[in-house]
Amino acid sequence: MLEHIELFFKSIFIDNMVFATFLGMCSYLAVSKKVTTAIGLGAAVIFVLAVTVPLNWLLDQYLLRDGALAWLGPEYADYNLSFLSFILFIATIATMVQLVEIVVEKFSPSLYNSLGIFLPLIAVNCAILGGSLFMQSRDIQTLGLAFNYGLSSGIGWFLAILAIAAIREKIRYSNVPAPLRGLGITFIITGLMAIGFMSFGGMLTGGDEAPADEVVANAAVAKPLESLQADAALETQENSSLDKTENTEKLAAVDTPTDAANAINE
Amino acid sequence: MGILSKKDTALILDPLADNNPITIQVLGICSALAITAELKASIVMAVSVIFVLAMGNVVISLMRNIIPSKIRIIVQLVVVATLVIVVDQVLKAFAYELSKTLSVFVGLIITNCIIMGRFEAFALANGPRRAFLDGIGNAAGYGFILVVIGFFRELLGSGTLLGIKVLGDPIEKTGLYAFGYENNGFMLLSPMALIIVGLIIWVQRSRNSALIEEN
Repeated sequence: MLEHIELFFKSIFIDNMVFATFLGMCSYLAVSKKVTTAIGLGAAVIFVLAVTVPLNWLLDQYLLRDGALAWLGPEYADYNLSFLSFILFIATIATMVQLVEIVVEKFSPSLYNSLGIFLPLIAVNCAILGGSLFMQSRDIQTLGLAFNYGLSSGIGWFLAILAIAAIREKIRYSNVPAPLRGLGITFIITGLMAIGFMSFGGMLTGGDEAPADEVVANAAVAKPLESLQADAALETQENSSLDKTENTEKLAAVDTPTDAANAINE
Repeated sequence: MGILSKKDTALILDPLADNNPITIQVLGICSALAITAELKASIVMAVSVIFVLAMGNVVISLMRNIIPSKIRIIVQLVVVATLVIVVDQVLKAFAYELSKTLSVFVGLIITNCIIMGRFEAFALANGPRRAFLDGIGNAAGYGFILVVIGFFRELLGSGTLLGIKVLGDPIEKTGLYAFGYENNGFMLLSPMALIIVGLIIWVQRSRNSALIEEN
């Protein structure tokens, strides 16, 4: 239960799709001019993520990963089809989106009218494929956790697009320098929001169990360098040791600013 | 221009500046930002996207008359996914460290909007030769922004370029560091990529006022 709660809040705030990994930026920027449309797209993203991540988890677990075919018989245990994961994941997503669209249109025309136009957009939303790929690389253990991960990342994305849409509605009345109007100021605001969201980074370090200490130490090394690498470091010990050797080299070069960045983090 | 007519040159050069996919068309931002803390990763990403987009444009353009329009999205996704798998496997084989740094963002080239955008807007309506040039041009415009961001983030953030210490050694206090210069570690954090893109847009639109948006 605890790990569910932890994953839930971690995916919403700390690993927020938009602010930590920049996934789904295209539709985030394109559809955030009005709060109402932003809500529609956000809801569709939550829905599709919550459906596709568990589906792709099943695919990954029973078809793609190293030795996943063992359930067919011992002679299949050596196959590793993980190089096919991109194409299978995207096919699942595209099919699911199409299917969802048909079902929603049939059974709930009112929901279709509010969600429908966004559904085709979603097939090519990086947040959806990103959710499945992160699910794979973060090695999520159970189907329940995969569902939780999809749902909570979707909620994180929803919150982000809702926030930026609200800000953009207000900023229309402000006197922004002409060349920055529209896209430029949106980028800068998103950057500032992302800095704000970084402050959630310290939230989870307290409750972790003993072996996490090392991971946290590694993360502290990696974080200021690039949140992406920090992610990798948090995920697997193996990865983190790889990253660490690389990072310590660079850390020598960024010694003092690292402290400065940590201070900002806190 | 010899082989390239004026129109062809425009296909390549337009996306580099006035019709840039990132700053004007707002396509393909997702992967642009997360991997630009180092110049090397930016360059590799740019080259991968150029390869995928140019080849994909040609393939889609060749198939444009036989793809049923109802399922074209899925066909396009399959073509991109195949090309991206090639890129991913090549990177894993020849640049393993780098492919670890890029992690899932190589896979995310598939859903890079710039690719679907060009397929939809150009490859489905034009012949393979023009589609190829359009692919090169747009991907190069994308790569150009990536390299600019990567350049500034690595230079200001860690004082290096492609891993070479161009500003001197911060530990031994040589070069610029002898005068008390410090690296700005903040540049290495991902939000700075967004702010740099914002600034690039600012510069670009101040130079060309036709690009300024209403609101």
